[in-house]
Amino acid sequence: MKIIIAILSFSLFLCACEKDNYDPPTAQLSGKLVYQGEPINVEFNQVPYNLFQFGFGKTGPVSNTSFTQEGTYSVLLFNGTYKLIIPAGQGPFLWKKTPGGAPDSITVTMNGSQQLDLEVTPYYMIRTPQITAAGNNVNATFKLEKVITDANAKNIEHVNIYLNKTAFVSGNSSYNLVSTRRLGADIVDPNNVALSVVVPTIIPAQNYIFARIGLKIAGVEDMIFSPVVKLTL
Amino acid sequence: MRKILSVTILSAALLGSGGCKKESEFLNVLPTSILTNDQAFSDPGQVLSILANLYNRQVDIATIKTWETMADFGEAFPSTGGAPGPVQRTDWGYGDWGTWDYGYIRHLNLFIERCTAAKALSEDNKKRFLAEARFLRANYYFEMVKRMGGVPLILESLQYDFKGDPTYLQNPRATEAAMYDFVIAEAEAIKMDLPADVNQKSRASRGAALAMLTRAALYAGSIAKYGVNTPQVSLPGGEVGIPAAQANAYYTKALAAAQELIGGTAGAYALYKKKPDLAENFASIFYDKGSNPESIFIEDFKLKSGKVHAFTIANQPRFGAEEEEGGRTNPSLNLVHSFERLDNSFAPLPIADGGGNPIYYTNQPDLFAGRDARLAGTVLLPGTAFKGRTVDIWAGYLLGDGSIISGDQRGQFKTLPGTATAVQVVGYDGPINGMEFTAQSGFYIRKYLDPAAGSGSRGTSSEVPFIRYRFAEVLLNAAEAAFELGQTGVAAGYMNQVRERAGLIVPLVAGNITLARIMHERRAELCFEGHVLYDNKRWRKAHTIWDGQPMSQADLLANIGTAATRNTQPWALWSYKLHKPGDPNHGKWLYRILKSPLVTGANRFRFGNYYSNINNDILANNPKIVRQPNQD
Repeated sequence: MKIIIAILSFSLFLCACEKDNYDPPTAQLSGKLVYQGEPINVEFNQVPYNLFQFGFGKTGPVSNTSFTQEGTYSVLLFNGTYKLIIPAGQGPFLWKKTPGGAPDSITVTMNGSQQLDLEVTPYYMIRTPQITAAGNNVNATFKLEKVITDANAKNIEHVNIYLNKTAFVSGNSSYNLVSTRRLGADIVDPNNVALSVVVPTIIPAQNYIFARIGLKIAGVEDMIFSPVVKLTL
Repeated sequence: MRKILSVTILSAALLGSGGCKKESEFLNVLPTSILTNDQAFSDPGQVLSILANLYNRQVDIATIKTWETMADFGEAFPSTGGAPGPVQRTDWGYGDWGTWDYGYIRHLNLFIERCTAAKALSEDNKKRFLAEARFLRANYYFEMVKRMGGVPLILESLQYDFKGDPTYLQNPRATEAAMYDFVIAEAEAIKMDLPADVNQKSRASRGAALAMLTRAALYAGSIAKYGVNTPQVSLPGGEVGIPAAQANAYYTKALAAAQELIGGTAGAYALYKKKPDLAENFASIFYDKGSNPESIFIEDFKLKSGKVHAFTIANQPRFGAEEEEGGRTNPSLNLVHSFERLDNSFAPLPIADGGGNPIYYTNQPDLFAGRDARLAGTVLLPGTAFKGRTVDIWAGYLLGDGSIISGDQRGQFKTLPGTATAVQVVGYDGPINGMEFTAQSGFYIRKYLDPAAGSGSRGTSSEVPFIRYRFAEVLLNAAEAAFELGQTGVAAGYMNQVRERAGLIVPLVAGNITLARIMHERRAELCFEGHVLYDNKRWRKAHTIWDGQPMSQADLLANIGTAATRNTQPWALWSYKLHKPGDPNHGKWLYRILKSPLVTGANRFRFGNYYSNINNDILANNPKIVRQPNQD
């Protein structure tokens, strides 16, 4: 008798599970930030994007996360219609705006997974970055191209080369061991910028290091970066 | 028999008289444990006790009730067990410093409504109680606008009608300017209803209203003026940001209110100058409770009443402490060396000569001689005393060959080369990296430490008050407002009053007054009193002084006392004793600058930190509330 009751209650429990739960979202929306096909690299966890959904009586984004340092994003969603936005003032780039000046949204219709690259206009691009290790130094040469030259144009505050022992490299002091800075005013020829930094002692020792170049635009909080490179010392 | 009969009749009569109530009356019994509004507002003592609860719920950004709130922003190293969070993280969260206590606002509004309707209170009592509640409400809205920008300005108790549609209860955010206008207007309106009494410190007084007014107007003026430095920190509806055109009007109000208070109409407030030793005098402002003319509005504490605080327990020098703890807030070298020399100049502490050779000192405190007295009043320097005991802060022996002998336990004994007996090789107060309660920056805090016996023991604790508004700040508010209005001579006059008390007797003249000077003066006078965050926010300077870049020693020593000083990482200054028998400097002290290996983060104040996050629950419940800029 007891066993029967136990089996009965257990099977009731199983039934309840099936009836009460929804399937998790399976449609993946992913992509990256691009300018004319070239990826835009930013700082890890600092440039956010929001997804909004209609019709549930709540305001506020349903997804509120940020881009990776390579400028990629991915999010699992239910099928349906969403609006994607990069909030005002975020990112080292201009996002398209409504005539009123507010950031405009992209309508995303999810019906299965899809790839969606986000076209933005950066203030500057770091072109042809060459980062090499030579002896105890890491040397970088690159070009700076001013992309926005109209009334929205901004000056370069500084460019840095950052080194870190992990693949996360940025201006955040947790993500770089050492850096060398060149102020915007000290850049003579934007088509030929060279920076050099001495590799610090890494504890525990490792024979490789990660590097990338970051550019800070005056009056814009987020920096734009070159892709991370791994250098063998 | 007759007896029994009479008893029966009597009991029946009693029962009858008790039981035969009408049904409506029977069920309508007043509770004995709850007062009705009329009862609660019938007696002044009763009303005061309700008000006391409202007083007790005020919030402060930094308070002596929690030492951690003081030990951030690069001003101090937190010498505590485990990982010292503030020096290892880089970013402050967007939600940090937020406050959204509309329960408190509602209780204040209810108090005001019920007190207004009270019949049994005398007019005088009523007027004062109402003014006090309005002061608390304005003060909390002031606290909110500093942290959140404009918020819904709710001035009456809201009541839900249970009809299923709460939209009429949803209010949009007021503009930031409207918030400050409200605080200023309330202070003006209530000031004459409050007593002009210098000894009325823990309840609102006319002085408190004026001090709140001048601070609020000054904040609004500087946000209007310096908002231009951070154009992205604004919202199109004005919920964040104040139009630049309003700056002068606010500064004018700030100066007028400060001058009204300084003029003495609100009571005989004055700078505290009771002790001949200027550093001791400065420290006394914060613990002297006997007719202290400096403090205007305080949160008071009282021994054996249950309302005591543990600031001294948390921060007392560890050596000889009354409890097995203390020493948590270690002021940084960044702060220590920013105090001026007596000729009004700024300079690093002279630890080395031009050739880079160390300068030796016979006594530890000699290094700090000839500086602003507020330094020794704010910071326990190595070799100075607290409660009659000299703090034992020194990092070890420097030997003739340049090596260092130190210990990893407080006051450890080791044998020096060439000797036979073990001697103490490190101070009982440290500094030892990573060891909690030792002076890891080389300094302990003195401000707000209570010299009374028992203040450092958990069973007694401290009754030193927390000062929310004090006279020196009013003088500095007046100086800043006057400076911004172009009256630099007037500004210099107010600055000199504050500086003279600190031993800086060479007066500043009109031409010396710059915004950087005023910024420095506020830091020197008001550090560890909860001003550093709000001041740097309103000057729109927070994102430049806390820019997230690590500080090198060269950064630390450059630009002292100027607006370009960054403050992202707390540095330390450790003293060593030279052990070199035969050398003239044998047994003397030298100092070294260092950064603790525990300091791995660098403060980064992002644009989104200027106004604290309004969380998604609030946004979802009230669609009229606009989001803060630069966050997500």
